[in-house]
Amino acid sequence: MFAAASVAILVTMALLLVRALLGPTVYDRILAVNSFGTKTVLIIAAYGFLTERPDFLDIALVYALINFVGTVAVLKYFEYGDLAVSAAGSRPGRPER
Amino acid sequence: MNVVFDIVSWALILTGSLFALTGAIGLLRLPDFFTRMHGAAIIDSFGVSMMLTGFFLQSGFTTAGVKLVLIFMFMIVTGPTATHALAKAALHGRLEPLTPLQEGNQS
Repeated sequence: MFAAASVAILVTMALLLVRALLGPTVYDRILAVNSFGTKTVLIIAAYGFLTERPDFLDIALVYALINFVGTVAVLKYFEYGDLAVSAAGSRPGRPER
Repeated sequence: MNVVFDIVSWALILTGSLFALTGAIGLLRLPDFFTRMHGAAIIDSFGVSMMLTGFFLQSGFTTAGVKLVLIFMFMIVTGPTATHALAKAALHGRLEPLTPLQEGNQS
């Protein structure tokens, strides 16, 4: 049963990769990569249960954290063109020009 | 009782896989960025929650089960947050939502 779930997740990841490669805009690619990371968490969990090593869930938990932070960081870069800028447009720690 | 848990968890895992595949096909086939977000929402909500619930029923109240609950809670918090940030960034980047008039012009 975990094997069937793993195959379904792998097919899903392949479809998401196709969208990430095709995606006309950068936001399509970010959306596909974010869902790809979500499915990566699931396949790590499914593989851990498949091989009867549930310790893999630690890796899945860390991957979920990294995926969220990475997505938000990439989004901030593409929204403001700068990772150190605040939403109001000022950069903390630097004098205003 | 064990058999009941097995059947319920298998049904949940299989339904979650089906929802994940549906969401991926939607993400691939829908015409516009803002419509593709619906497919990603299916993956983030139904796919993840059903499969993680199925895994939890398989593991029971062990350390693995606690980790699965942690992953689940983290996912249901961060999924909508990332989607909201994505939509905000797309609107900020002057990405126009597809309207019925444009769709009629394209087809």
